[in-house]
Amino acid sequence: MRGPLVKPKLGRDDWAQRSFMLVIGLYLIVALALPLYVMLSKAFTIYHFDLRQYEVQVSDESGNFGETLTLSSHNMRPSPSVVEDLSTNTNGRLGIAQFFPDFSFRSPVNYRFRGVTPSAVYLIGSERNSGPDWVELDSNTFRRVVLRPVSERGLTNFKTYFSTPALFQSVQNSLLIAVIVTVITVSLAFWFAYALARSKMHLKGVFRMVAMMPILVPSLLPGIALLYLFSPRQGMLKALMFGHDINGPIGIVIGSVFFTFPHAMIIISTALSISDARLFEASESLKASRWRTFWTVTIPGARYGLFSAAFVVFNLVITDFGLPKVIGGNFNMLAVDIYKQVIGQQNFEMGAVVSIVLLVPALLAFGIDRRMQKKQVALLTSRSVVFEPKPNKPMDWFFFGYASFVAIFIVGIIAVCQFAALIKQWPYNLSLSLKNYDFSRMDGGGWGSYTNSLLLAILTAIIGTVVVFLGAYMVEKTKGFEKGRAIFQGLAMLPMAIPGMVLGIAYIFYFNNPSNPLNFIYGTMIILVVSTVTHFYTVSHLTAVTALKQMDTEFESVSQSLKQPFYKLFWRVTVPVSLPAILNISIYLFVNAMTTVSAVVFLYSTDTALASVAVLNMNDAGDIAPAAAMGMMIFYTNAGARILHALLSKGILARSNAWRKSG
Amino acid sequence: MLDSAPSIYLRIENLWKNFGDFTALRGISLDVIEGEFLCFLGPSGCGKTTLLRAIAGLDLQTSGKVEQAGVDVSNFPPAERNFGIVFQSYALFPNLTIEKNIAYGLENAKRPKSEVKARVAELLELVGLPEQGKKYPAQLSGGQQQRIALARAIATKPGLLLLDEPLSALDAKVRIFLRHEIKDLQRKLGITTVMVTHDQEEALSMADRIVVMNHGTIEQVGTPLEIYRNPASLFVADFIGAMNQLPAEAHGNSVKIGSVKLECDNNELSGKIIVTIRPEDVLPVETEGANTVKANIKSMEFLGSFFRAELANTELGDVAFSADFSINAVRRLGLEEGTSLFVQLPSERLKTFPEAG
Ligand SMILES: Nc1ncnc2c1ncn2[C@@H]1O[C@H](COP(=O)(O)OP(=O)(O)OP(=O)(O)O)[C@@H](O)[C@H]1O
Ligand SMILES: [Mg+2]
Repeated sequence: MRGPLVKPKLGRDDWAQRSFMLVIGLYLIVALALPLYVMLSKAFTIYHFDLRQYEVQVSDESGNFGETLTLSSHNMRPSPSVVEDLSTNTNGRLGIAQFFPDFSFRSPVNYRFRGVTPSAVYLIGSERNSGPDWVELDSNTFRRVVLRPVSERGLTNFKTYFSTPALFQSVQNSLLIAVIVTVITVSLAFWFAYALARSKMHLKGVFRMVAMMPILVPSLLPGIALLYLFSPRQGMLKALMFGHDINGPIGIVIGSVFFTFPHAMIIISTALSISDARLFEASESLKASRWRTFWTVTIPGARYGLFSAAFVVFNLVITDFGLPKVIGGNFNMLAVDIYKQVIGQQNFEMGAVVSIVLLVPALLAFGIDRRMQKKQVALLTSRSVVFEPKPNKPMDWFFFGYASFVAIFIVGIIAVCQFAALIKQWPYNLSLSLKNYDFSRMDGGGWGSYTNSLLLAILTAIIGTVVVFLGAYMVEKTKGFEKGRAIFQGLAMLPMAIPGMVLGIAYIFYFNNPSNPLNFIYGTMIILVVSTVTHFYTVSHLTAVTALKQMDTEFESVSQSLKQPFYKLFWRVTVPVSLPAILNISIYLFVNAMTTVSAVVFLYSTDTALASVAVLNMNDAGDIAPAAAMGMMIFYTNAGARILHALLSKGILARSNAWRKSG
Repeated sequence: MLDSAPSIYLRIENLWKNFGDFTALRGISLDVIEGEFLCFLGPSGCGKTTLLRAIAGLDLQTSGKVEQAGVDVSNFPPAERNFGIVFQSYALFPNLTIEKNIAYGLENAKRPKSEVKARVAELLELVGLPEQGKKYPAQLSGGQQQRIALARAIATKPGLLLLDEPLSALDAKVRIFLRHEIKDLQRKLGITTVMVTHDQEEALSMADRIVVMNHGTIEQVGTPLEIYRNPASLFVADFIGAMNQLPAEAHGNSVKIGSVKLECDNNELSGKIIVTIRPEDVLPVETEGANTVKANIKSMEFLGSFFRAELANTELGDVAFSADFSINAVRRLGLEEGTSLFVQLPSERLKTFPEAG
């Protein structure tokens, strides 16, 4: 009955589009999937010295060699064993002279040494050796023989992790802080968004702007402000702490509320703005009380937004590194543990283990948030009527007071940093000066770190926007090739679930490996750009996809029927029509590249020191005022970029007024 | 001219289309004659758009063959075929002026700019919007936008014009006006055209031939009159125009409906069947005669040029039965709600179909 299946003949465009998608997909695989894979396998890799794999013969003084014995039996002979614990890490080296109690590097005794199998590796000095050929060595050379470990797969690293209370405690700490911050931020943000959407209070525009300010600074900046305000020795308002230490959970919670606030506010605002006005009118016409309306209409309508905001905040807090690093004191959090293990103790395997532990809640929160967002979108489609609040004097003033309180908190934190940056020496010399901006006198990279950050932000904005938009276009508009597109979509969603610290450590494992052909980017600006673009890929991708989905799907059909190549349509129609979205993606990438700490803290080198990391390092070194000054530099830059973005957007909208339908 | 067989421009053979487990097209075979205006007509979801997109190569069929101008294009990408297309949504590029939209397919390195300009002007003239070239799509009405989309589609003089519900988004008046415009244009250009619609009036008034589709299959292909007069299936009979359906039992040339026996000229079935007759074929008569039944007017609705009467208490049994009476007849016979009368069901107008099952 049916004929044979029709196999599509691919046109020029199909090939070009698929190649583009493949290239960007490959980028995501190299910049994301492979590093993560290497990191995962690191966590399950354990190293130990296998003494049974090495054999030694020892000669007497006249050069006659005795029996062949393994190192393992040498280790046993003096009881107890010379070396009890043979486990180690990647960089482990074990000298073997210690197994010979009579060893002296001056003795005329000679040694013959070999590995039993080819995998038995050892170093003579720095020269790598292996294999079953006997090597004859005098005692002075023998002294310089060290063993290299063998690796195997296993869960030992995890056992160690969970049986080390100092490490394990962080899980509890991180979860606890994340939950507390989530509750506080979501409540604060909800009433703020509610005031904006449902009241007629004054200065809404100003409040909206102030609420967005925390996005413009690194998450660790509120930590610095809190130190100035409440540090036990010199805090301006230390009396308010009633003897508690701001360093620790209290500081982390307050600072986290500051930097997560805008994220929650945006999500809840969106949810409230799409709730159906008709329901309110219906409720009012039924003479339901405000309170009743609130519980039966407002909350159910915004519920997905609330859940979504909660999981986003939870995720931000649990994966944040900068703030607990600055103000965490001895209170350990997971993200900081990764840093300590990797940078402090050079224990990369344990760093990988903590990463995986951190990945679990992050992935869960991410997964739930995605589902909430989908349901939210489903609600959106049928809603149309926009709610227009009616004046209600007492209520409006109440909300005005509340919004002012939140705004003062946000502006206050930034003002304290500005104050700290401008005075000579708190609390002894309060005269104004710009000396804290003279970064060349401090550690942390000086002004070079600022220009590096600026360069990183510009490169990330330009390259990232191009890569993301092209990728989104190809995956949205390529025909057929379903499997390839599904894989691409999955890859594009992944970065949002991956904490920056985890990405950073994965990059070390993957790129800092001499046998990786891409090893040359390690320590350069390139790896910083790659990691930042990757880290912030998902939100940019979703923005691009949303814009592309709003475009008529038949543009492509028409263009093809007119035999025009896809890039003509892309360039003449898709890009101009999506320009607002493209600008949004660039500013998002720019601002985040300026403020990010978590991934890049593992990847910068002395030549590529960054402003955000400099804030961290100067603060670490006790140069808190310069740290605040550098933080403010980031703030000015981002604020400037935002203003520029607003002007550009306005210009574009004005120019395209003729063809863009209003609304 | 008379004796030359019509040449076939587009040939579709045994086309199947699956979306996962769902089969949207089941073995469609169809010939489209050069220069004709063909309509795909059928209820929503019957596969019209799917078939059109397969012809365009926008969504390839799962299996089967499409041959255009003698070339097997079954697996060609759209850009290697030869057609222009117009969508319900117009799909005009919003950021390009009307001129630029129309010129979109004309611009290429080989064609001089002046030639493109002249062609655009000619096309604007052709669709009756010569003054609008500098405007943007959003500044035109829906009907004007659709005419621009049409101009863009025919700009490169394609061999085949595909229209997917081009008029559905427009309001009734514009729709009727554009029907004629498109039809005239098509005749003037002699371009082979396939249009998808679910509006039977549109199909009947515009098409040279209609393809009636249902559930991914073709029910009937024919001229509007053929389809209307001689529906090939109960589905077509019901879908096009109004149709009375009367369950009956057939014995040779006579059918028994309820308690009445009627003559039926073209019956070839026996046993349980459905007898159909269009309301306008039901004639009010003054006296009982051949093929007449007695009926009572339950309700009467004035539809502009005639009355549609719902008849009840007929001897046909308890079935919905309607008849269209001319204004003349109503006046002459003094018909109104509640009137009893005889109606004739002419034996040549009765069509029989096997019972739907
Ligand atoms: N991409 C798709 N995936 C799955 N099913 C599809 C897809 N496109 C169409 N269908 C199904 O195939 C059937 C035919 O769809 P098609 O669009 O051809 O209908 P249509 O006759 O054009 O209807 P309408 O008059 O509503 O436009 C429908 O049942 C539809 O749900
Ligand atoms: Mg359709």
